[in-house]
Amino acid sequence: MTTLDFRPRVLVTKIGLDGHDRGSRIVAAACRDAGMEVIYTPPWQSIPAVVKLAQEEDVDVVGISSLATDHLIVPKLMAALREAGLANVRVVVGGIVPDNEEKLLLESGVREVFHPGSTMDDITTRMREYACEARKAGAAAEEKT
Amino acid sequence: MNKPIDPTLLAGTVSPARARWQREYQSDIGEDRDVHNVSGIPIQPLYTADDRAASGNDETLGYPGQPDYTRGIYATMHRGRTWTQRQLVGLGTPADYNERLLGLLDRGATAVSLIPCNSVYRGYDMDSVEPELLGTCGVVVNNADHMDRCLAGVDVDEISCAMNDPSPFTLFAFMLVAAERRGIDWNRITGTSNQSDYLSHYVANHMFYRLSLPGARRVLMDHIAWCRQHAPRWNPMSVVGQHTQQAGATPAEAMAFTLSTAVQNAEDCIGRGMNPDEILPRFTFFFDISLSFFEEIAKFRAGRRIWARLAKERLGAKDERSWRFKFHAQTSGVDLTRQQPLNNIARVTAQAMAGIFGGLQSLHTDAYDEAYATPSEAGARIAVATQNILREEAHLTDVIDPLGGSFYVESLTDQMEEKIVAIMKTIDDAGGMYKAVEAGLVQRMIGASAMRFQRKVEAGEQVVVGVNKYQADDDFANRPPVERPDAAAMQRHLDEFKAAKAARSSTVVGKALDDLTRAAESKDGNVFGAVVDGARAGLTNEEICTRLRRDLGFGQPLIVV
Repeated sequence: MTTLDFRPRVLVTKIGLDGHDRGSRIVAAACRDAGMEVIYTPPWQSIPAVVKLAQEEDVDVVGISSLATDHLIVPKLMAALREAGLANVRVVVGGIVPDNEEKLLLESGVREVFHPGSTMDDITTRMREYACEARKAGAAAEEKT
Repeated sequence: MNKPIDPTLLAGTVSPARARWQREYQSDIGEDRDVHNVSGIPIQPLYTADDRAASGNDETLGYPGQPDYTRGIYATMHRGRTWTQRQLVGLGTPADYNERLLGLLDRGATAVSLIPCNSVYRGYDMDSVEPELLGTCGVVVNNADHMDRCLAGVDVDEISCAMNDPSPFTLFAFMLVAAERRGIDWNRITGTSNQSDYLSHYVANHMFYRLSLPGARRVLMDHIAWCRQHAPRWNPMSVVGQHTQQAGATPAEAMAFTLSTAVQNAEDCIGRGMNPDEILPRFTFFFDISLSFFEEIAKFRAGRRIWARLAKERLGAKDERSWRFKFHAQTSGVDLTRQQPLNNIARVTAQAMAGIFGGLQSLHTDAYDEAYATPSEAGARIAVATQNILREEAHLTDVIDPLGGSFYVESLTDQMEEKIVAIMKTIDDAGGMYKAVEAGLVQRMIGASAMRFQRKVEAGEQVVVGVNKYQADDDFANRPPVERPDAAAMQRHLDEFKAAKAARSSTVVGKALDDLTRAAESKDGNVFGAVVDGARAGLTNEEICTRLRRDLGFGQPLIVV
């Protein structure tokens, strides 16, 4: 595991219409136990609400849990994050995502899709890596300006 | 760690054969595993007549069709009439749904089940949500015309229809209107307001957004009262253990929460002056069947006799029909794996067998591809075939309660019963299910159990084939690209809906909405009756839900991590 000199800030949430939250709750608790700062929301967040929260809470990683096709609007979320100047924020998706749609998500900028059967260790390790990436990308972007 | 020696052995009351087995077992097993089932009951290596006698519960076994119904609620059980084959279906437009439904009925399904799009569940119409999500998880039904199209060619007075429809039961209202237009007498309509249990939605499925807790409580009571009068063969109450178990509750917890919810709803009805024997025969239950095979069988057998006692002793029902624990069950989707997905067919088979041996009345088998997609046509077909094979090739229906009398099953049934009753006591101590849910107690218990199970899987204590053991690079799965509903057809459905809405008389719509408010504001008004009238007047799902949210309060999630 990478040693970090900061506490990753992660937002664990659900967008769209589905309310099954067993996965998001377990992942949120695992991230918290792994030493991250977790911002957790109830299901059914709108895309603007997630963008606003990511901005206000200054998160490194956004984790979207999708069990019932809500991942289909994640490309819209990606566009909205970029538009809000949050291109450095890393987005991961967990849940039920068919192979052909995983490809579309990755193309839209999603960093990784976690499928059923992923271990909490796996997920938290990757979240920390992505948090590092996000910080570096953020710092690089600031230098440019 | 070796198990301590059975004290009866030391007391010298044990037969030489048993003593020998015990000796040989202990020397051969070496370090014995500490085995517990998911509900936390320790599991012995062998069960004998002593275990059954030790529980002192022998007289509870009885006969099928007789209280306490341990062996089944009907004298004939599956030998007479097998379970209803009820596959949950829902996708796309009403025309898409209708095509899939007619195909399933042709291939052996014997009942209708309709699952709406999540937008409908959430109380929205199709013109207020992200178009990408329309019809991806269920059929887009927003008014009575849509329901009529869904059920075209289906004899709704002959076949039992389940509407997966939380409060305020708009889908059932649409169905009633569709039936009325076909000249069908509501007295002939059979089926279930599936998942009408607002408490389980609130706790585990979070489909409560439609109405606040007190609002949903009121509407459920109105729904039960209305159905008794106008659609007496319809089951207005479906108490759900499936949501909580899928969310992580153990089998014992899920059964306990369900029974406590049934008691809460029954007592609410009785509090409104209803006679228990007029409402309880129309209570049905809906459960999850996990892969913990014997535990599930014992869960159902124990639940059945606890309910018989509760109905009789606590709720004061005198009619035997009130004591019968009728349940639908669905194989657990959580147990299915994305890895090596064809293995899921074996999982579903074992789950279905547990449900059948548990004495279910109606069964949904999951499609093997559910762990990575909304079920495909091929997946759904294999799920139906699995039921046909178990029934007609494997002959599981020849004998009633075939595991009855098994030392293990009977002993486990006793222990599950004890566990379930203890959990129900915790709920009672918290003031009953409504209060326990309001306070977040149930949510916390479920969260803790979900976490415990996850840790077992991650530690490898609970094997999941293909996931934490026996992994393979090539899983022989043919994962065809998942196709979403045809966007052009959905757009046409949307355009027609908008046009139909615009063509309505605003006076008629306004009056129907005001009638809803009047019913909600009056203590004696029946909100569900007003929902049916509204559906007839052309109100849409969102119009009805929005108005009732305004009048009865909007549900907010209680988040417990």
